[in-house]
Amino acid sequence: MSPLSRLLRRPEAVAGAIILALLFAMALFASLLFPGDPQAIAGPALLPPFQDWSLPLGTDRLGRDVLAEVFHGARTSLAVGLAAAAASLLIGAVVGTLAGFAGGLVDEVLMRTTDAFQTVPSFLLALAFVSIVGPSLGIVVAAIALGAWTGPARVARAEVLSIRERDYVAGARVIGMHPLAIAFREVLPNALPPVLALSSVIVAAAILTEAALSFLGLGDPNRVTWGGMIAEGRTVLRTAPFLSIVPGIALVLTVLGVYLAGEGVVETTAVRRSLS
Amino acid sequence: MNRALTLIRRRLVGSIFVLLIVVIGTFLLLEAAPGDAVDAYIVSTGGDAGMIELLRHRWGLDQSELTRLANYLWALLHLDLGQSVTFSRPIRDVILERLPTTLLLMVSATALSFGLGSALGIYAGARPGSFRDRFLSIGSLALYAVPGFWLGLVLIVVFAVDLRWLPIGGIETLASDKTGLARAVDIAAHLVLPVSALGFIYLALYLRMMRAGMAEAWRQDFVLAARARGLSRRRIVLAHVARNALLPLITMLGLQSAQMLGGSVVIESVFAVPGLGRLAQEAVASRDTPLLLGIILTSAVLVIAINLAVDIAYAFLDPRVGAGEAGA
Repeated sequence: MSPLSRLLRRPEAVAGAIILALLFAMALFASLLFPGDPQAIAGPALLPPFQDWSLPLGTDRLGRDVLAEVFHGARTSLAVGLAAAAASLLIGAVVGTLAGFAGGLVDEVLMRTTDAFQTVPSFLLALAFVSIVGPSLGIVVAAIALGAWTGPARVARAEVLSIRERDYVAGARVIGMHPLAIAFREVLPNALPPVLALSSVIVAAAILTEAALSFLGLGDPNRVTWGGMIAEGRTVLRTAPFLSIVPGIALVLTVLGVYLAGEGVVETTAVRRSLS
Repeated sequence: MNRALTLIRRRLVGSIFVLLIVVIGTFLLLEAAPGDAVDAYIVSTGGDAGMIELLRHRWGLDQSELTRLANYLWALLHLDLGQSVTFSRPIRDVILERLPTTLLLMVSATALSFGLGSALGIYAGARPGSFRDRFLSIGSLALYAVPGFWLGLVLIVVFAVDLRWLPIGGIETLASDKTGLARAVDIAAHLVLPVSALGFIYLALYLRMMRAGMAEAWRQDFVLAARARGLSRRRIVLAHVARNALLPLITMLGLQSAQMLGGSVVIESVFAVPGLGRLAQEAVASRDTPLLLGIILTSAVLVIAINLAVDIAYAFLDPRVGAGEAGA
């Protein structure tokens, strides 16, 4: 049985994959379905959902199309989530490999630094970083990665510690390969699978952190974000709660989709490994 | 408990290094921030170029970076976090004033998530693969996907706006001059929603960890031995399976404290709870970087202290940590 068909036999994983596929479609076709600025005024202010079918989810306080905003928000959420997760996996894998392979003082310094980053609440760090450097998409990605690389670093280090004693590493040493080349060409690729298994959790956490940052007004001001929409809706929470609730549901579904799909992939690959 | 003491001493030394790295990190962030303490001061008081020069000199800001780092460390050793421009008061005092509220929020949310989460985890893990197990693990995953600040808003809409059962925000009714028990009840009522919003996400985490730990423990030989001795299922679940799954949760309690402090920033903003988290948001809004970094330092110290306490608790709970003097 191919891994794909095994994956498709798990209902949760299928649900996750469908949610993610829809989300990617939303992000891809956002500008096609809703051309122009999603932050432009599209109709009367505070139109409730399901009243006017040209504006299915209604409008916000300033008369902007909520559905268009949700579509464009998917783009920001996915872009930031994936970029921040990729950055933190990369930093974590490099730091963990260096620490585990070098050992000694390098290991000690890198691991105490990892401890320090884990000691500071990552959300506070992200908050401080964005507020000092200024909000833009790249800075938000960097701020999230700054607090998320420690988990991958620890996992990579543990894996490297067990790999570096293997015969093929000793072989590479004997033929005179540079230690850094051994670390990054021989050891790192073999230490990657358990690190990559963390990706779904990290993507999900990055999406939630981005939402929380933009909820507090520290998102990229030129982009629609779900967190920013929730914050906007909050000002009229008593009269128009749907403005906060709709983007929140999109967020929950997205994160749930990432978790479900990720868990399905991890479990099917784990089954495959234990079978072989 | 000698071994436990050695372990704690080693952790304490490690913590000092970690704290030093955090301090250097906050110093670098402070340096990276546009403007310095003098600029901030001048904005609020006004002054000419000569005055700026004089103040820079007096506060040691015209010296080399290394000297400034040394000064910063020296001040921190005296628990001096500097002056907050927005509050016109020492940062330490402002933080200490807000800290108890955040601690109360955190302790309550931890009690809720750990208590309910591990209880539901035991309930699910007692019968692995059953309907309730599958239901609870999918349900907890869904809960884990909910952003705390949004859950907070939904709770406000339902319980404070529609049903009017609970207060919408704040920590206690203003100008009510309640005392004693009445005040405690009032604070508790204000805490219900923020504690739920903060605690429910971690509840899912503890539930899932407990369940996974129990699934692991079911496969162990001591469970088979307990069955062979004819112990009741209830006793096996509680005394053998759940008990062994509980220890990793206690470690998680320490690791999660940093996340929870971060989470309280948004939750306190949603519910207007005057704690450390809301202070952080106020510091961001008023661009009071030294105050923000003071909060980060305080949080780091708090997280280190909590983890140390967890280590000590662990040494007492897990006989293997002190195994050196078993029977002594």
